[in-house]
Amino acid sequence: MRRLANIYRLGIKELWSLARDPVMLVLIGVSFTIMIYSAATAMPESLHKAPIAIVDEDASPLSARIVSAFYPPYFSVPNMISSNQIDPGMDAGRYTFALHIPPDFQRDVLAGRSPAIQLNIDATRMSQAFTGNWYIQEIVLTEINEFVQRYRGNAAMPVELALRMRFNPSLTQAWFGSIVELINNVTMISIILTGAALIREREHGTIEHLLVMPLTPLEIMLAKVWSMALVVMVAAWISLTFIVQGALRVPIEGSIVLFMAGAALHLFATTSMGIFIATLARNMPQFGMLMILILLPLEMLSGGTTPRESMPDFVQNLMLLAPTTHFVELGQAILFRGGGLDVVWPSFLAIALIGAVLFFFSLARFRKTISQMA
Amino acid sequence: MAQPVENAQSVVSLQQVSLRYGKTIALQDVSLDIPAGGMVGLIGPDGVGKSSLLALVAGARIIQSGTVEVLGGDMAHKRHRDAVCPSIAYMPQGLGKNLYPTLSIEENLQFFGRLFGHDADERRRRIDLLTRSTGLHEFLSRPAGKLSGGMKQKLGLCCALIHDPDLLILDEPTTGVDPLARVQFWDLITRLRSERPGMSVIVATAYMDEAQRFDWLVAMDEGRILATGTPQELLDRTASETLDAAFIALLPEEKKRGYQEVSIPPLAQDERHDVAIEAQNLTMRFGDFVAVDHVSFRIRRGEIFGFIGSNGCGKSTTMKMLTGLLPASAGKAWLFGHEVESTDIATRRRVGYMSQSFSLYTELSVQQNLVLHARLFHVPEAEIPARVAEMVQRFGLEQELDALPDSLPLGIRQRLSLAVAMVHKPELLILDEPTSGVDPIARDNFWHLLIELSRRDRVTIFISTHFMNEAERCDRISLMHAGQVLVSETPANIVAERGAETLEQAFIDYLVEAGGGAQQITVAEAVPLTTAARPPRSSWFSFSRMYSYMWREVLELQRDPVRAALALIGSMLLMFVIGFGISMDVEDLPYAVLDRDQTGLSRNYTLNLSGSRYFVEKPPVTDYAELDRRMRNGELSLVIEIPSGFARDLQRGNHVQIGAWVDGAMPQRAETVQGYVQGMHQGWLQQQARQRYGSSISTNATVENRFRYNPDVKSLPAMVPAVMPLLLLMLPAMLAALAVVREKELGSIINLYVTPVTRSEFIFGKQIPYVALAMLNFLLMTLLAVTAFDVPVKGSFATLALAALIYCVVSTGIGFLASTFTRSQIAALFFTMVISILPAVQFSGMMNPVSSLEGIGRMIGDVYPTTYMLIISRGVFGKALDITDLYSYFVPLLLAVPVVMGLTILTLKKQGK
Repeated sequence: MRRLANIYRLGIKELWSLARDPVMLVLIGVSFTIMIYSAATAMPESLHKAPIAIVDEDASPLSARIVSAFYPPYFSVPNMISSNQIDPGMDAGRYTFALHIPPDFQRDVLAGRSPAIQLNIDATRMSQAFTGNWYIQEIVLTEINEFVQRYRGNAAMPVELALRMRFNPSLTQAWFGSIVELINNVTMISIILTGAALIREREHGTIEHLLVMPLTPLEIMLAKVWSMALVVMVAAWISLTFIVQGALRVPIEGSIVLFMAGAALHLFATTSMGIFIATLARNMPQFGMLMILILLPLEMLSGGTTPRESMPDFVQNLMLLAPTTHFVELGQAILFRGGGLDVVWPSFLAIALIGAVLFFFSLARFRKTISQMA
Repeated sequence: MAQPVENAQSVVSLQQVSLRYGKTIALQDVSLDIPAGGMVGLIGPDGVGKSSLLALVAGARIIQSGTVEVLGGDMAHKRHRDAVCPSIAYMPQGLGKNLYPTLSIEENLQFFGRLFGHDADERRRRIDLLTRSTGLHEFLSRPAGKLSGGMKQKLGLCCALIHDPDLLILDEPTTGVDPLARVQFWDLITRLRSERPGMSVIVATAYMDEAQRFDWLVAMDEGRILATGTPQELLDRTASETLDAAFIALLPEEKKRGYQEVSIPPLAQDERHDVAIEAQNLTMRFGDFVAVDHVSFRIRRGEIFGFIGSNGCGKSTTMKMLTGLLPASAGKAWLFGHEVESTDIATRRRVGYMSQSFSLYTELSVQQNLVLHARLFHVPEAEIPARVAEMVQRFGLEQELDALPDSLPLGIRQRLSLAVAMVHKPELLILDEPTSGVDPIARDNFWHLLIELSRRDRVTIFISTHFMNEAERCDRISLMHAGQVLVSETPANIVAERGAETLEQAFIDYLVEAGGGAQQITVAEAVPLTTAARPPRSSWFSFSRMYSYMWREVLELQRDPVRAALALIGSMLLMFVIGFGISMDVEDLPYAVLDRDQTGLSRNYTLNLSGSRYFVEKPPVTDYAELDRRMRNGELSLVIEIPSGFARDLQRGNHVQIGAWVDGAMPQRAETVQGYVQGMHQGWLQQQARQRYGSSISTNATVENRFRYNPDVKSLPAMVPAVMPLLLLMLPAMLAALAVVREKELGSIINLYVTPVTRSEFIFGKQIPYVALAMLNFLLMTLLAVTAFDVPVKGSFATLALAALIYCVVSTGIGFLASTFTRSQIAALFFTMVISILPAVQFSGMMNPVSSLEGIGRMIGDVYPTTYMLIISRGVFGKALDITDLYSYFVPLLLAVPVVMGLTILTLKKQGK
């Protein structure tokens, strides 16, 4: 009972400290509002004014029709160049795509000789290269088919492929961007807050005051864990309700309560990590550097930004040990795909296990180093 | 000792000088003439403006208003400052503040010698001379950070004397140094002055007994000058016996109100001699270093027991062992008869602790601090308001209940700290240097409180201090030196036993007996301290000075594991992470088939998919419910649904629709999947057409796509050349930014302010090691790309390396630029991240080409150097180009160098604000 009272009071103290720290408040505020909003809206559509050049050696009505089919916002207004300008232009990265329409193209098409248009793609620009390739093919073939149809009727394709995008029918980047940013910021802010709370006590010398009081390291650590986790929970909930659902109008499929429960478990793990990093770092700058080295891999390799399947196996397996991997998984399952507890329970279990291990590991390290901090 | 100084002209002359930092006024309309050739003392407690005044005189701070003339010229003029700075030596406050702790004595001296333009032989001669005469010679290879306080100050003096100054400015040179070292230090100064009679010395000090020996004194309080004159004049004017008393007498009336001399009623002897603290052979080792060496003592209940000694002699460590903060390496201690254990919660409630830094929660108000501590010590909830009120009344905090500790003057913070330590009514108070930095009146008031606690409430007080007059007030004291207790007795007995006049004299006696530095005095006597040769005049750019900073930076970097690790492992780790993390590849996508047809044709359709490297087949789906569940939990990214009667309808030429369900949660991936599926579908149609109707009914035309430079469209060959410019920007910029801001935070930036080194020498000297480090990183990353990632350098490596070199100069320059704006390391890190990562990732063509951008993004992209480095890197790695193809992109890179470096040098200040 007395211990619970201690943990509660120390936690309230942490909340007061945070309330009087304008820098941290601004950081939390910005992370859960502006950063999420901008991540959602600024996430580039994969094709936006993609630079394209066209070599038109046919100069026929058909080729003119193809040229006029490329216009902003997906593509830039095509640069009309000659064939010997293709190589230097692509070497310099001026065009991602160069479409080469051969001489007598229209004549060959109408004669049924099925001529080929050459499409050069700068594959060092992955994001544009891939999607752009399909778009251009479709645009070119549609134009040709429509052109041909006016001359002679064309049989409908016997088999149609009906593509149905689930969970995000129009593939709006903002839906994805906002949720991913929210998930990442929950991790980032919780580590920063707890770590900074410990380092601040250390720099001000108040940690040695706590240690001479009738308190145990477990109580000190738990107080920081609950208070900072609470702050992040509240911030995340506000952000989800007012920014993601409100300002950005992203439909949330699943239960927000279930997501918050998952976040609470996850925060238990990340706040423990924050304490751990703070015991390694001697001061704020070192903490900052360690943060960069730890946070970036966590965010990039846990499947939030890019799919896990495309990473090498050992990276995938290694990242199973990180709580973020499971949090991203459950977050996406609940928020995007409307998964219920029956679907996401394995992630819950994994986070709980990892969190428990991290907590006791950090506690052991905290106990060991706490006397050197004073 | 006093010399006639009336006739001498003044070496420093101040007219109506004021200085403020934000809202605080450090100096208020000060006018002062300091006579030349003498030893002048600035006296007064901490924070009255002594240091600010000295910094202005040394030219280390920008003059805000008024005029400061030093050595016959106006310090506001840069030309005069440059001319006289080799004649001024400035030793800032704080032990070894302008020294570099990881560098050895020799290296520190070499550094300063180079800054003042001495050649190698001259440096050797001077270093040997100075270190021999100060007794540092045998410790030449010891890092400055591991020296005792006295040795640090001697080293600081050596560094100051290496260029034979005419004006020596010492800011609290002996604070926190043991009495013997202090005596030696002043002997050294005396000897120096006898060799160079023309030299003026200005000293700031908080020790009044030292000031007694100076020629001329300036008493200061709250940014104003209270009085000037010889020590005797000050004593006469105030009719006081000691300078301490004289200073208090000089203070304005409102400060003295309620002041009483401290007098101590004797300790009641009738009490039984029960013991509050007992220590036996308490020992603390940190590695090889013995911080506390077999310390034993016994403190009776109600006693005021003092620990006296210099900084780092083991006082704080002993106290921490008694509170259970540090577990003792050996020996035992008892509090109230219970053995001290860090797990013993019950005993902690009987102890109050107050540390040197008055550690309070600065984010909590005075009242909140008191209430929190009362609760944490489990004062019953009902009693808390009364208890807090009692503390507030007793320690005089009524006016400040809602104030935050940071806004309070030091003296009040100290009282609050004591109130916090007392709120649970402990029987024992452990006070670790509670009075450092507090003015004499506040200090005496504090002692009134302590005496009341001890004599009235019978609280045992265990206090440490380095002020001798405080030591005299204790019932008993222990003299400590180098981890050992030299003697434990009443102050009077200690003085009597040694037959000394003062307690300080007795302490010095004990120190000499303990061997503390006795040999240091004897070695030096004969050697002259100074040399005649003047250093050569400074030129506008000196390679020797630049080299000095470069060499220093290399040494420091070598000895800082965290930064070195970040520099070397950081980029490799991040490259690895980003290489695998930002993958546009869609490989091994899990898909399943919902085949309601189950014919050869339907299987033929799905066979197309399972053969692809992009897809991995999972067990088939049987109904919509299963499809829904398996897509929701993320198991399947794609489900192909083939309707029943597929083969039959197709045979009859009827319209057939195949369904493809794609997980759209990740839009980028969904688009790629869409592309694959469509491509696969088209391929299947053509294949079917050929089989059935021959090749006649084919499509009207085809589009042949040539994925150039990266024919397999793999992510790594695309990512690696893009990641390298990003990492070559971010990490070198951050390290470089820290390099300058660290000096600002630690105080060694002062060497830029007061030595002849110019801003460009400073910046370029620091930059070279970081550029070299960045190039090493470049080589390592290229190696990683070629080996681990299997991404070959197709074009000219020399071209890439040249571009990388120019680019690294720019990226480190960007870091330096960030550091000129920021004051703390954390701010520098953050600011550098913002001005490097954001434009590099968003606007430099990493994801979308610059030509696709609009507005401000486009403008930034057009000028930001990463844009061009990215083109060169992609050109060389992927497109097999060399300098003849890429030379036009070198131009903007090269242009960025003078722009960034010029801006940095212009915004870097040669004086503090």
